[in-house]
Amino acid sequence: MSRSWAVISNYSIYSATAVFALSFIVHAIETAWAVKVPAAGKSSLDYTRNGRAARIATALMILGFLLLLVGVVARGISASRAPWGNMYEFSITGALAFSGAYLAALRKYDLRWLGLLVSVSVLLTLGTAITVLYVPSAPLVPALKSEWLVIHVSTAIISGGVFLLSNVIATAYLVLDRIESKGERNTWAKRLPSLEVLDQLSYRLVAFVFPLWTFSVVSGAIWAESAWGRYWGWDPKETWAFITWVAYAAYLHARVTIGWRGRRAAWLCLFAGSTFLFNYVYINIWGTGKHTYSGL
Amino acid sequence: MSNQIQIPELDGTSLARYLWRQLTSMRTALILLLLLGVAAIPGSLFPQRTQNPMQVSDYFKNSPEQAEWLDRFWLFDVYGSPWFSAVYILLFISLIGCVLPRTIEHLKNARALPPATPKNLSRMEHFQQWSSNGSELETARAWFKKNRFRVLESEGSISAEKGFARETGNLFFHLALILVLVGISFSSLFGMRGEAILNVGERFVNNVTSYDSLTFGKLYRDSNLQDFMLTADSFVAKYNVLTGAPEDYTLDVSLLQGEEGIVEKKTMKVNSPLTIGDTRIYLQANGYSPVVTVVDSQLNVAFQGPVPFLPQDSQLRSIGAIKAPDAEPAVGFVGSFLPTYERDGANGGISVYPEALNPRLLLAAWVGDLGLDSGTPQSVYRIDTSKMQQVGLKALKPGESFAYPGGVITFEGYVQWVNISFVTDPGKKFALLGAIVSIIGLLASLFTRRRRIWIRVGEKVEIAGLAKNAAPGLEEEITEFIQRLKGDK
Repeated sequence: MSRSWAVISNYSIYSATAVFALSFIVHAIETAWAVKVPAAGKSSLDYTRNGRAARIATALMILGFLLLLVGVVARGISASRAPWGNMYEFSITGALAFSGAYLAALRKYDLRWLGLLVSVSVLLTLGTAITVLYVPSAPLVPALKSEWLVIHVSTAIISGGVFLLSNVIATAYLVLDRIESKGERNTWAKRLPSLEVLDQLSYRLVAFVFPLWTFSVVSGAIWAESAWGRYWGWDPKETWAFITWVAYAAYLHARVTIGWRGRRAAWLCLFAGSTFLFNYVYINIWGTGKHTYSGL
Repeated sequence: MSNQIQIPELDGTSLARYLWRQLTSMRTALILLLLLGVAAIPGSLFPQRTQNPMQVSDYFKNSPEQAEWLDRFWLFDVYGSPWFSAVYILLFISLIGCVLPRTIEHLKNARALPPATPKNLSRMEHFQQWSSNGSELETARAWFKKNRFRVLESEGSISAEKGFARETGNLFFHLALILVLVGISFSSLFGMRGEAILNVGERFVNNVTSYDSLTFGKLYRDSNLQDFMLTADSFVAKYNVLTGAPEDYTLDVSLLQGEEGIVEKKTMKVNSPLTIGDTRIYLQANGYSPVVTVVDSQLNVAFQGPVPFLPQDSQLRSIGAIKAPDAEPAVGFVGSFLPTYERDGANGGISVYPEALNPRLLLAAWVGDLGLDSGTPQSVYRIDTSKMQQVGLKALKPGESFAYPGGVITFEGYVQWVNISFVTDPGKKFALLGAIVSIIGLLASLFTRRRRIWIRVGEKVEIAGLAKNAAPGLEEEITEFIQRLKGDK
């Protein structure tokens, strides 16, 4: 029974990867089409010429998200636990959270310009997960058998997905800022929102997710207290979670209290996000300490 | 009269005041905050004494000169180092210096009414006006009350303000962080942490000598140790048949507390520790202890009993040392315990499953000076063989003996051992409370917007608003307010 769920999960994730690849291609076509549109004098493009491509790309993204959802849930059922016990599972769940965050934000803001970046990030994450990180579905080691697994890891994954999204937007800000400092935006860049909007959006995502990240760290401490006998031990993962927390706290202070905007804020945001990424990649794969459940 | 500019002299007090102002400035706090993040990095790159003393001593062995230099900068004790402490202490002083005056100010303002409506509303943001029908002020009053604004009414105008929770939350967040720090320091003063390895069947009596390692807070007294005895009755480790990965550990213990002498049976698991008074007892690691008997050349039993071996891989290949310094001649055995033995062409004996299905004890016998009287502390899992001579190698099944030149060692069997942590952490409830309050405060401060809305009704209705920190959303709120006033909704 659990075996067939594992098979369903694998097929769903393969299909999701293929659909994200298609979505990536259509997003690329959409962007390429936009370059051809002569938009002299217009600050933003109308979507009339590439609207169909944009709709197809988004529809494919939704399909990919749903397939991925099935894959992640089936993986959880096959192992009868929350599907985030190793690097492969973190990655597929992370990709789910990331694409989910994009689709949710798309309902409110016109973020279609981000689609290319989102689909390629998800594609790379899933590709790495399938080829490098894959481990067969299995139950957990005793230390992970706790209700805190669901709470701690899910909040960490959601926080990570949103941090990543805000980093993508901060990067877009810096690139466009550079282009604008040299002159007018070129054709493809005209499709993207104004610098001010990007600046605000990247900040709002961080402000929204910072309490969640705080909660994730605190829930980890509560779990560590019952599993390892101490709530804080400067384990490499804990240390870097702390560094990420401090870096985002500094970012929020710089913005809200001192009034940093624009370029400086974007760099600080990127720095904070990179500490999270470092924690995820480096500590999970090469690091030591009590968080090494990567299954590699 | 001179028109020189008076430069105030920088005497002691004004210098102190200047430094205090610098320290409590937001810019300094921000630098300290980033510095705290950077200062935490080295602790994840170098092995730390508090987590991994073995790796630290390996570092000293492998590159002693480099290690000495690193040690000079406390890089093996980063989180207890003067420079790390300096950063966080300065940060917290800066935080207190910033938050306390704000708290007092906020308390003073708690009952204050919003400032009066500005004379000229048309200069303010979100300004709108239209001709009055006479009832707007009443509608506005009701709307403000429903939406819980604080209001000040005067002569045909209302000044309304909302969002005090922003500053309240912000202050609670920062004050709660101080509480977390207080909790941590409280634990380091009054806390206790000890470890003991216990063979299954053995009894642990809670006194100082029973521990393998024990650290007390500066103000913790030996007499604070709780009065109890713990016997490890049985230990079961379940493994995945396919992968050998552990699935469950269960330790059954008998607990004898206090004077009454009532024995309670308890079960411990990795995520469910035992609690006795203010002491928590955790099941940490486990492994195998081969049971051996060493009989020397004089036919005296020089050693008998279980010897804990340290697991080296996930299949519990374990290494250890059996030392019989009083044997004639003094003998030591460097050993490997393989719970499920198999021969591997490249590596010799290996273990292929963590459960003891086909156990084997591989021994190398060394005769000579064990160096136990030299004064330098030795690991119980290793032997310093520099003054010894190897006299034989053997692989034993349970029950088998090995006659080395100078005596006989018998592999009687094995028991399992568990590593148990005993922790008293009296400050953790404060830290937890601080963490919870800080999250609530954070939510309040990030999701509350402080804003004012003014209305003046004369011949015309005039509306304006002001959002602090350019917080978004006021426009929608004013639109809704106006709709209500005009009776559209």
